[in-house]
Amino acid sequence: MSKRTAAALIAAGTAAASVAVVARRRSTDAAGSPDSNESRWRVVTIARPEAEVIVDGALPAPLIELADLIDVRTSAAPGDRGTELAARIRPNSAAGDHGDRVGQLRAALRRSKQLLETGEVATNEPQPEGHRPATPAGLLVDALARRSPEKGIL
Amino acid sequence: MKALCWTGINKLTIENVDEPTILNPSDAIVKVTMTASCGSDLHLLGGYVPGMRAGDILGHEFMGEIVAVGSGVSERKVGDRVVVCSFMSCGQCWYCTNGLTSLCDNTNPHPGLGEGLFGAPTGGCFGYSQITGGFAGSHAEYVRVPHIDTGAFLVPDGVTDEQAVFASDAVPTGWMGADLGGVKPGDVVAVWGAGGVGQMAARAAMLLGAEKVIVIDRLPERLEQVRSVIGAETLDYSSGEVMAELRERTGGRGPDVAIEAVGMEAHSERPDYVYDKVKTMLKLETDRPTAVREAILSARKGGSVFVLGVFGGVVDKFPLGAVMNKGLTLRSAQQHGHRYIPMLLDRIAAGEISTGHLATHVMPLDQGPQGYEMFKTKADGCVRAVFRP
Ligand SMILES: NC(=O)c1ccc[n+]([C@@H]2O[C@H](COP(=O)([O-])OP(=O)(O)OC[C@H]3O[C@@H](n4cnc5c(N)ncnc54)[C@H](O)[C@@H]3O)[C@@H](O)[C@H]2O)c1
Ligand SMILES: [Zn+2]
Ligand SMILES: [Zn+2]
Repeated sequence: MSKRTAAALIAAGTAAASVAVVARRRSTDAAGSPDSNESRWRVVTIARPEAEVIVDGALPAPLIELADLIDVRTSAAPGDRGTELAARIRPNSAAGDHGDRVGQLRAALRRSKQLLETGEVATNEPQPEGHRPATPAGLLVDALARRSPEKGIL
Repeated sequence: MKALCWTGINKLTIENVDEPTILNPSDAIVKVTMTASCGSDLHLLGGYVPGMRAGDILGHEFMGEIVAVGSGVSERKVGDRVVVCSFMSCGQCWYCTNGLTSLCDNTNPHPGLGEGLFGAPTGGCFGYSQITGGFAGSHAEYVRVPHIDTGAFLVPDGVTDEQAVFASDAVPTGWMGADLGGVKPGDVVAVWGAGGVGQMAARAAMLLGAEKVIVIDRLPERLEQVRSVIGAETLDYSSGEVMAELRERTGGRGPDVAIEAVGMEAHSERPDYVYDKVKTMLKLETDRPTAVREAILSARKGGSVFVLGVFGGVVDKFPLGAVMNKGLTLRSAQQHGHRYIPMLLDRIAAGEISTGHLATHVMPLDQGPQGYEMFKTKADGCVRAVFRP
């Protein structure tokens, strides 16, 4: 085998391997099975000092419900940006019947940040709306919007 | 109450809907006195932006009178006559305290959608699809305004509704393009698009000291407004010679700052237009970036390009080689209006920025569907259809 073919094969192999990784990640996500990295630290930066994020050792209210399931840590954010609040599903914690635990954690972190920074959680329900026909596309948009606080890269 | 609802691609209907209520302490209810159509609404209307839902109330450029406030409101009060920024700002997060208010972390209830599409969500916006939070828009008798203290600005006495309403969206958007595009005294600036946004960008560039401003479009009545009201030069792109013409008019250099105010439905005489049209029809490309390409190719070496036009997804044949080899700075944003609106209202009051001429068609909200049809087809010289609910 010439050097050039070998290099080409290696390149092709790497490409195929990375495609496989992407494909695998897609399929687990699409199937809604537990996040491949459930115990990754998920972090929000909150424009408040650490002492206002963890007050006398107490977690921000939205995280309290998940306290048995999660590890939490905080650190000062660089550049005076406040506090990095990080939480993860405790590794090897029993799955239990908690449903989408990562989704709940994402939503709780986002709510914690909003409450600490603004004192409220962004919402638009209920609000005025016109007739909402139950078309497949419409129901899909509704479902995506409803689950959106639990979704994303966080 | 009455509201103008999106009911499907290119379909709008006036419907009877519930009145909004206060949901959060920072909220207010605003009785809408004037609400305008914007080029962005055309992208929503035409189904170019994902996440629209039949029954969504359109409208994000508006003004009105505060009729109720939540328990946490301290700056604004019932009776205030205000213009409201189309994007929402909490005033507290890092983005809001750094002047990047359309990127607010705390005003979009649907963060996962933007994170999926763009890697991070934008802030909330009125009447602008689920991606920006799914908020009911202003084409209605009343609208709920979260964070009224940061988002609503008192209209100076003597400024009419027709003048003030554009301080909600078109004026700050245009100003941002010139400001963050880096326009400075002595610059030559080219602006693609002579709609409300492009005209305001051109005026901003002049006020920031540009020595020559050239606005590119093909609609004669808009180009006439640019010359007679804004005071800038014009270039008709239907000649098909935009790049050569710009080169000639800029001493062979190209514009220092190129501002694109056209967006994802650009039309063109250029051959790539047909390519984009076919690709978007086949759903192989979501947006048509014709004017962005031309702005990048026309800008002078080391110049800057600011994309004000709205894009929602992916584009093809993006001239990255020109960006790289010509050393361009490329910037873009949804408008960060909060940092500019008080100053802009003062300039409108002082007669430095003319806006009323954009309201070419003022009509009752009942005629919303007809107004949008005119605006979409640019019939009867329509620059913006504006509604009084
Ligand atoms: N960044 C923001 O926050 C923000 C805010 C408001 C609007 N916008 C966007 O700005 C854009 C313009 O808004 P508008 O209200 O002025 O819209 P508009 O539809 O009134 O005007 C667009 C103009 O572009 C012209 N045009 C089309 N193709 C062109 C080309 N190839 N070269 C030059 N001109 C061309 C049209 O003839 C038209 O006059 C839209 O994409 C809108 O979504 C962005
Ligand atoms: Zn707009
Ligand atoms: Zn904010």
